[in-house]
Amino acid sequence: MRKVRADLHLHTCLSPCADDLMQATTIIEQAKQIGLDMIGICDHNSGENVRALMKAGERQGLAVIPGVEVTSREEVHILGLFSTEQDLMNLQDIIYENLPGQNDEEAFGPQLVIDEYDNVVDQNSRLLIGATTLTLEQIIDAIHQFAGLAIASHVDRQRFSLIGQLGFIPYGLMLDAVEVSNPSSAGQAYGYPVVTSSDAHFLEDVGKNSTCFMVEDVSLQEISKALRCELGRMVVSN
Amino acid sequence: MKLTELIQKLNLSVRSAKMQLDREVTGGYASDLLSDVLAHGEEGNLWITLQIHQNIVGVASMKDLAGIILVNNREPEPETLEKAEAEGLPIMVTEMPTFELVGKLYSLGIVGTK
Repeated sequence: MRKVRADLHLHTCLSPCADDLMQATTIIEQAKQIGLDMIGICDHNSGENVRALMKAGERQGLAVIPGVEVTSREEVHILGLFSTEQDLMNLQDIIYENLPGQNDEEAFGPQLVIDEYDNVVDQNSRLLIGATTLTLEQIIDAIHQFAGLAIASHVDRQRFSLIGQLGFIPYGLMLDAVEVSNPSSAGQAYGYPVVTSSDAHFLEDVGKNSTCFMVEDVSLQEISKALRCELGRMVVSN
Repeated sequence: MKLTELIQKLNLSVRSAKMQLDREVTGGYASDLLSDVLAHGEEGNLWITLQIHQNIVGVASMKDLAGIILVNNREPEPETLEKAEAEGLPIMVTEMPTFELVGKLYSLGIVGTK
């Protein structure tokens, strides 16, 4: 078993609100430099840059977890983290079917799809900054349908968070964990396992906040076990 | 003013707790952030929102609000209705958007709490 430092919530240049320098090689380089062993890529309502990041991660020696940050119709942000890119693409199909609107680049920013060498290969035209018509519960169910982990984003913030939007965590919600942005919130009793992530939109914020796991290897299965404290795996202090 | 009177004057449709409409309304609060309503809603207030998630019932009960009006023709989710019935919390719906509804409430003498 070893200690793995992970920042499971990073955006790329696909998110209109993220910096254009959030590219494949730049993010991986920055993450390695700062000492992360594992990162999660979670753009708003799309997983189209995950492949580029996974390939760059493989080349440069860093584990990349495919993920997405879905916006519910209550405007709550939920992270879905998956074992494979295919599982993520299956969820993305459901998101796209339920995501109305077109992006206005002037208003919200560009949505760049890149390859593993940071070349821009496409622009996503959907309104990724918008909300899906899916309920919180439907999103969590869909994430689980494709064997993913469902984590409520930045619950210690007001904007777009489960607690900010809905006042409290609905009883019986099938979350695998909640995420906090501020490490000092991590000790709070949310009733769910807690991870700490940066939610970085700029390179300098990559790894600013992270979670340490005691696990066998850098896989989603191991993270999942650690969240449930199974077989000696656990979340440990930084 | 009593809730029954407001329902009549504003032509609201009642979706839950039809037996609990006799209550006096103390004021109003309009917000779609439930954490904000938890912080600022006051007992006996009418709450105007577009959120339809079941947590609106939890927030209204916690703050002992007189009722919730959903705007823009929004309908409560089934779980929301179920909870509202169980809690005896009136949920009403209107085709009016928030701005228009609040204007009308104000002119009827239902004002904010601050």
